[in-house]
Amino acid sequence: MDLKKETFLGYRRDNGRVGVRNHVIVLPVDDISNAAAEAVANNVKGTLALPHPYGRLQFGEDLDLHFRTLIGTGCNPNVAAVIVIGIEPGWTGRVVEGIQATGKPVEGFWIEQNGDHNTIANASRRAKEFVHQATELQRERCPLSDLWISTKCGESDTTSGCGANPTVGNAFDKLYANGNTLLFGETSELTGGEHLVAERCRTPEIRAEFQAMFDRYSAMIDRWKTNDLSESQPTKGNIEGGLTTIEEKALGNIQKIGKQCQVDGVLDKAEAPTGNGLWFMDSSSAAAEMVTLCAAAGFAVHFFPTGQGNVIGNPIVPVIKITANSRTLRTMSEHIDVDVTGLLRREINPDQAGDALLDMTLRTANGRNTAAEVLGHREFVLTRLFESA
Amino acid sequence: MSQKPDFVVHDEGDSVGVVVVEGIKAGQELVGWVMDQDRTINFTVKNDIPIGHKLTIRDIEEGETVIKYSVDIGRAIAPIAQGEHLHVHNAKTKRW
Repeated sequence: MDLKKETFLGYRRDNGRVGVRNHVIVLPVDDISNAAAEAVANNVKGTLALPHPYGRLQFGEDLDLHFRTLIGTGCNPNVAAVIVIGIEPGWTGRVVEGIQATGKPVEGFWIEQNGDHNTIANASRRAKEFVHQATELQRERCPLSDLWISTKCGESDTTSGCGANPTVGNAFDKLYANGNTLLFGETSELTGGEHLVAERCRTPEIRAEFQAMFDRYSAMIDRWKTNDLSESQPTKGNIEGGLTTIEEKALGNIQKIGKQCQVDGVLDKAEAPTGNGLWFMDSSSAAAEMVTLCAAAGFAVHFFPTGQGNVIGNPIVPVIKITANSRTLRTMSEHIDVDVTGLLRREINPDQAGDALLDMTLRTANGRNTAAEVLGHREFVLTRLFESA
Repeated sequence: MSQKPDFVVHDEGDSVGVVVVEGIKAGQELVGWVMDQDRTINFTVKNDIPIGHKLTIRDIEEGETVIKYSVDIGRAIAPIAQGEHLHVHNAKTKRW
C-alpha cells in the first residue's frame, strides 16, 4: 500500500483541518444545562447533545481542563457547528469564544433570566439553521496525511499484545512515514515499559518531559493506592483475559507505537499537537476518558484494539475496533471492525494486518460507520483532576 | 503452510507463552510458535488453560523474574513447573 497516493473524502474546515464526520453538536457547559441541550437535540433532527456530569465549582487546573476539553470538542474537525448552552452567560461565552477561533458556526445560550423554555426555543431555531448549513457542505478529496489518528486499547488481554496492538503498530509505522499526526497516551499503562518509550523520544528534552509526566502519574498512584492496583490496573477484565501484571499489560500496550515511530512531543490532557509525527498525551488509561481527550485534542479517527471486547465509542470520533481474540470475535462480532485473528493462526502476517486496518481507516474516513457508531456508543467522559470547591 | 499454533511465545528467551485457542485441557500435546525466531516448539500442558492465559515454557523458581517480550513482567510467588498455568495465583507485579 503506497500511502502517499491514498486519499479520502473529508470535510475541510475553515482552519484547514479535515474531518470525517459532520456533526452539529449541542454542548452543555455544565451538568444543569443537560436537560435543555437534550431538548434541543430532540427538537432538531441532525443534532447531537453531549450531556456530561460536570462544570460547576471547578477551579484551577481542573477548571482549565474542563474548558480545554469542551472547547477542543467543539473545535474538532468532525464537528460542523456548535450550540453551547450554560446556566449563565460568562462561562458559556468563554466556550463559544474558544470554538469561534476555528471559524465554524457557533452560538451560545444561557438559562438564567430566560428559563429552560425560552433557551430551548431560541437555541432550537439556531440549531435548525446550523443543520441546514452543515448538510450542504460537501466532502472533498484529501491526502491521507491530513488525517489525525489517535490510539488507545481497552479490555486488553494477551492477544492484544501479540495481535491487535502490533497491528496498530504496523499501521502507525506506515502512517508515521507518511507524515500523519498520531497520538498515544495511557500514562499508568506504560509502567514496566516506560523505559522503552523513553528510548523512543526524539530528543533528550522530549525524553525529560515524558519522564516527568510518567513520574508525576506514578507518584499520584503511590499517594492514593491501597493495594497493588490488581483489578483496577490491570482491570478485572484484563485478568480474566490472562494478563497477570501491569508490566505485562504495558509491554503489550506499547506495541501500538510500532517499531519505527519516534515520540516527537508530549501533550497535556486535551492539548492539540502543533505539528505532525507521534505525540504522547499524559492521560488516564480508562477508555472513555482517554478517547474523549483525544477527540478534544483534535483527532478525527481512533484505533481501538481490544482483547476481551471493550465496547466503547465516542459521540464525534469514529472508533475502529480491532481484535485478535477468536473467542471475542465469536461472541461479540457486532463490536469488531477489523478481524486480525488470522495473525495468531499464522494465516496473515503483521504487514497484512496493518494494511487491513489502513483499508478500514480509509473506508471509515470516507463515511463507513464503525461498529460503535452503528451500535450508538457515544461515551463522552470528562477527566477530573480533583474535587470541586 | 505453517502449523497452526495452540500457543505463541514472543521470544525464545521468554519464560511464558500465551494460549491462543479455546478448550486447552491438561495433558494435551501443544504446538507453540516462537514469533521472533519463527520456529515451532512442542510440549505437554499440565493444567486446563483458557484462551489468552499463559503457560510456562521452562521451570521457574519462587522469587524468580518472569520474562515476556524479553522484558521483566513480574516475579513468581511460588515455584512453577514447565507447562503449568502462570497467572495471579503464582505471579505478581514488582511495581506498585
